[in-house]
Amino acid sequence: MRAKKLRKVIIFVISVLIGLWFLIPVALITLSAFAVSEDYYNPHLIIPRHFTISHFYKLFFTLGAGHATMVSLLVAGVTIALSFILGVPAGYALARYRFKGKDSLKLVILATRMFPLMILAIPLLVIFMKMGISDTVLGIALAHTTMVLPFVILITSSIFAGVDVEFEEAAMIFGLSRAKAFFKVTLPLALPGLAASAIFAFIMSWNEVFVAAILSLQNRTLPAHILSTAMDSPDYFKFTAGFIMAVPALIFIYFARRYLVSMWGISLK
Amino acid sequence: MLIPYLLFLPTLVYLAVFMAYPLVQAIILTFTSESGAGFTLSNWYSVFSDPLFWEALKNTLLLTGVIIPLQVLLALLLALFVNSRFRGYMIVIYFITIPLALSDVSAALMSYNIFSPQGYLNKILLNLGLIHEPMYFFGFNVKSREFWIIVLTEVWRATPLVFVILLAGLQMIGKEYFEAADVFGFSRLQKFFYITLPLLKTSLQSALLLRTLFAFQIFGVVWLLAGRDIPILAGEAFYQQTELQDYNVAAVYGVIIAIISVIISWFYLTFLKGTKELSES
Repeated sequence: MRAKKLRKVIIFVISVLIGLWFLIPVALITLSAFAVSEDYYNPHLIIPRHFTISHFYKLFFTLGAGHATMVSLLVAGVTIALSFILGVPAGYALARYRFKGKDSLKLVILATRMFPLMILAIPLLVIFMKMGISDTVLGIALAHTTMVLPFVILITSSIFAGVDVEFEEAAMIFGLSRAKAFFKVTLPLALPGLAASAIFAFIMSWNEVFVAAILSLQNRTLPAHILSTAMDSPDYFKFTAGFIMAVPALIFIYFARRYLVSMWGISLK
Repeated sequence: MLIPYLLFLPTLVYLAVFMAYPLVQAIILTFTSESGAGFTLSNWYSVFSDPLFWEALKNTLLLTGVIIPLQVLLALLLALFVNSRFRGYMIVIYFITIPLALSDVSAALMSYNIFSPQGYLNKILLNLGLIHEPMYFFGFNVKSREFWIIVLTEVWRATPLVFVILLAGLQMIGKEYFEAADVFGFSRLQKFFYITLPLLKTSLQSALLLRTLFAFQIFGVVWLLAGRDIPILAGEAFYQQTELQDYNVAAVYGVIIAIISVIISWFYLTFLKGTKELSES
């Protein structure tokens, strides 16, 4: 009985330590993002007492983070659109059809997922300059799509595989064409999973910094903007910027935690 | 009959245009002189004769070699702990997954927030009277401290990614194995080494492979926290490209990272058994 109680206490203590370990850095940057600079520079004050949103205001409206955030959102949007237009049909084909060369195609997708995106950044810059789309949202999004596409294909194929094929067949027996059966039956059932993978694609694009920083100059994405300006800025701007970068990731984790284990399981396996 | 191919066609065209073609271009760039004409080995020569390249290679290897084992070990411990399914284990999973989607840029700035001269750690130590001057963790003079802050940051940020893979692997191990082990009177340790670990091998390998590949491309954390105090391969590629505008040398760095990635993948797939499952998963 006492051993059992002791076990419970130990488990509780370890759980709390784990929680603190992962929570504290996020909590602290949140504090710093809102703390007035006097509190930050006061060596006797550990936890800031006065808070302000003026760092956000300055970052967004005078230091270019507003434009950069806009670029980031647009890049992510175009990336999601492109990778879904290309990837959903391919994922569907992998889940529903048997065809010659399917295994090799799957292997190609798996291999591209392991491919280091950075090697593409430099030649893409040269190519985009020739095409006249260097330093544009479209250019960065095209590069990000090559990174996101294999993940979208793998995730969507497993989502479609999870939707029972019998629903689709039943719809076809009732006279719907295959395409109609897909749009009326399979797609709605797959929608929550697809939405989660869209958010996953968003996060991949939102977080990517190397390629975005190389491909852009005036139209920098937010991480690229932070990379090139943060270390010359006062500290409190760094923390505000880091906090802004973190917000979508934290929201995503909150909403997608149901799909979390399975999705990362697929995408990182 | 043609439908699946038609569904796949756009993807293949896209990958050919935006992945295969630039890849070929990158290789061509490495053999092109700066003036843009003629075949030359000078880019490769200038990289290999640059001591900074070797230092960058060494640092990248060193960071990978320190970060990956720590991540895998911690993630394994966390996954085993959570998988014992005590009351409230879901809450613990939720805490562990907090950094899962965070970018390296965010994580680096969170570290900086704690370890900067005016950061929380220094303030706490100062107010406890343990130190009288702030400790410096960043700067050329304290490179080894920078190194360990980078390790800490990467372990903090990416351990959850390994954790998720391992937890998924643990959850797939059937209960009946452990029940059988109970019948034979296996100890806890025996169960771990004879059942859990062998059955977790596939997940461990895929986690190892992917994390190693990503570790070799480490960039944002190092660039923000240490700049070029600690040169790394991706950082040198970035520097050559953005500061020196030397596309050709930058391309050499890119190709070297790609070659190392191929070698790592080949190594994992050849020398570690159980690769069949990996390519099928």
